[in-house]
Amino acid sequence: MDFYYGMAQLIGVHTLLGLSAYVVLLTGQVSMAQAGFFAIGAYLAGMLTVLAGWHIVPAMLLAAVASAFVATVVGFPALRVKGLMLVVATLAFGEAVRIFWFNFDYQIAKGNIQVGPLGGEGFKQIRYFPENGWSTADVALFIWAWVIAAMLALWWMDRSRVGSVLRAVGEDELAAQSVGINLTAVKVSAMGIGGFIAGLGGAIYAHYTTHIEHLNFGVVLATFAIAYPILGGLSSVIGVLIAVIFIQGFLVEALRFMGDWRNLLFGALIVLAMNVRPDGLFDARAMRTLRRLFGRQDA
Amino acid sequence: MLELRHLSKHFGGVRAVDDLSLTVNQGEIFGLIGPNGSGKSTTVNLICGVFPTTSGAVVFEGRDITDAPSHRVVASGISRTFQNIRLFGDLTVWQNLWVAQNSAEERSQGWFGRWLGGERSGRGDADELLKFAGLEHRSRELARNLAFGEQRRLEMARALAARPKLLLLDEPAAGMNAEEVRQLAARIRALRKYGMTILLVEHVMELVMGVTDRIAVLNFGQKIAEGAPAEIREDPAVRTAYLGTADA
Repeated sequence: MDFYYGMAQLIGVHTLLGLSAYVVLLTGQVSMAQAGFFAIGAYLAGMLTVLAGWHIVPAMLLAAVASAFVATVVGFPALRVKGLMLVVATLAFGEAVRIFWFNFDYQIAKGNIQVGPLGGEGFKQIRYFPENGWSTADVALFIWAWVIAAMLALWWMDRSRVGSVLRAVGEDELAAQSVGINLTAVKVSAMGIGGFIAGLGGAIYAHYTTHIEHLNFGVVLATFAIAYPILGGLSSVIGVLIAVIFIQGFLVEALRFMGDWRNLLFGALIVLAMNVRPDGLFDARAMRTLRRLFGRQDA
Repeated sequence: MLELRHLSKHFGGVRAVDDLSLTVNQGEIFGLIGPNGSGKSTTVNLICGVFPTTSGAVVFEGRDITDAPSHRVVASGISRTFQNIRLFGDLTVWQNLWVAQNSAEERSQGWFGRWLGGERSGRGDADELLKFAGLEHRSRELARNLAFGEQRRLEMARALAARPKLLLLDEPAAGMNAEEVRQLAARIRALRKYGMTILLVEHVMELVMGVTDRIAVLNFGQKIAEGAPAEIREDPAVRTAYLGTADA
């Protein structure tokens, strides 16, 4: 049973990561910095609960706000560049964050052991959940409460004018400007929202794995972050969830028997999926079909 | 109302717009014509802040808006359409109008309702605009699925959604058949009745001659003539620019 709870936790955290990239991608920006924001959330939340003794919820929220702030600051210069240049700029930022944590030491004595992040050794003993007697099931529920809240919030946003404005910017920046949309404000806000959600995801991740190190937040994670919304299609937040389940639940787990060969097949399957369904597994047409199934003809 | 003062734009050595001065008066339909590459679209892009001017000034209602960012230009009351239609294809017809509702009245609305309200929150004058564009039955259709003529009409409605005082139409008749041009002329005249000022950049002579009050003619980025349609038709410099000189 623990395997399934573990799976649910992993899928939940990765869904948050994917949602953070989804918001930014709606504005047409491919950001490879989401793993960096995720790392900031992870380390800060861990430090707040372990070193400062905070409750997990305020720790998560403050860590997410800090991630959002960093994302906003990064957003201003980074979003002046487009396309491939933006990928490179955000990738560089993500790596800079990783290397920051690789070099960052801040330990204090707690009883007779030292706790806190210790550079390349990582940040061990983030034991908020076990110390407070949370079971694996409790943690899974806690994670999913956040995932569902984030999905509902983004689903609402998608249907509101904000959603249309984000998509308008993603589709044609010149036209968006010409109807009075402030491009910088929209793109930077999207980065900020994305940073917040990535920070939340990171904060949860730190606590359920109990041990984080800089290597967890490398290019692979950044690639996953962006792969989820691309594979899931940009028509709905549901697509992100489905892509995470497809990749983490099916590709990574179900193919475990193949050993290291699985990574090869994993890449090949993503390429195949993108070829068969170039607009994502869950594109606008699939959405409409689904809506029809639930009796909503108007879409 | 709109005044261009010695406006210039050089791309490297090319003088796309060269020392252009003209004034568009309130309530007027002003035509800007000229052969291909004469700088008409560049002029529109300079007014809208798409790229920086080389020299000169754009003054709108007494305020200098030279090189203002595009969204500020819209906020000051100038909207535009594009020569090569630029709709948001993956948004519905209705959403195309919704995102363009950036008038002062809209901006003074409550923040929450304006940004996070559902589609009904933005109804405003969008229904009226849909009717004006003859698209009231297609409001839930994706913009990319519209026919060419419908897309042109939607783009015009989208420009009007920001409630501009001045409308810049960049070759609105391009690719239209005679019947569609006739309908377009009727729409432009209807707008004038509402008090809209229009700068019409156009190729299709019958439209320009039929609806404008005054016309300026560009050639190689310079203004070579200005006057009422009848005067322009007879102007020898204009004839030369369009038809070439006899000894060329």
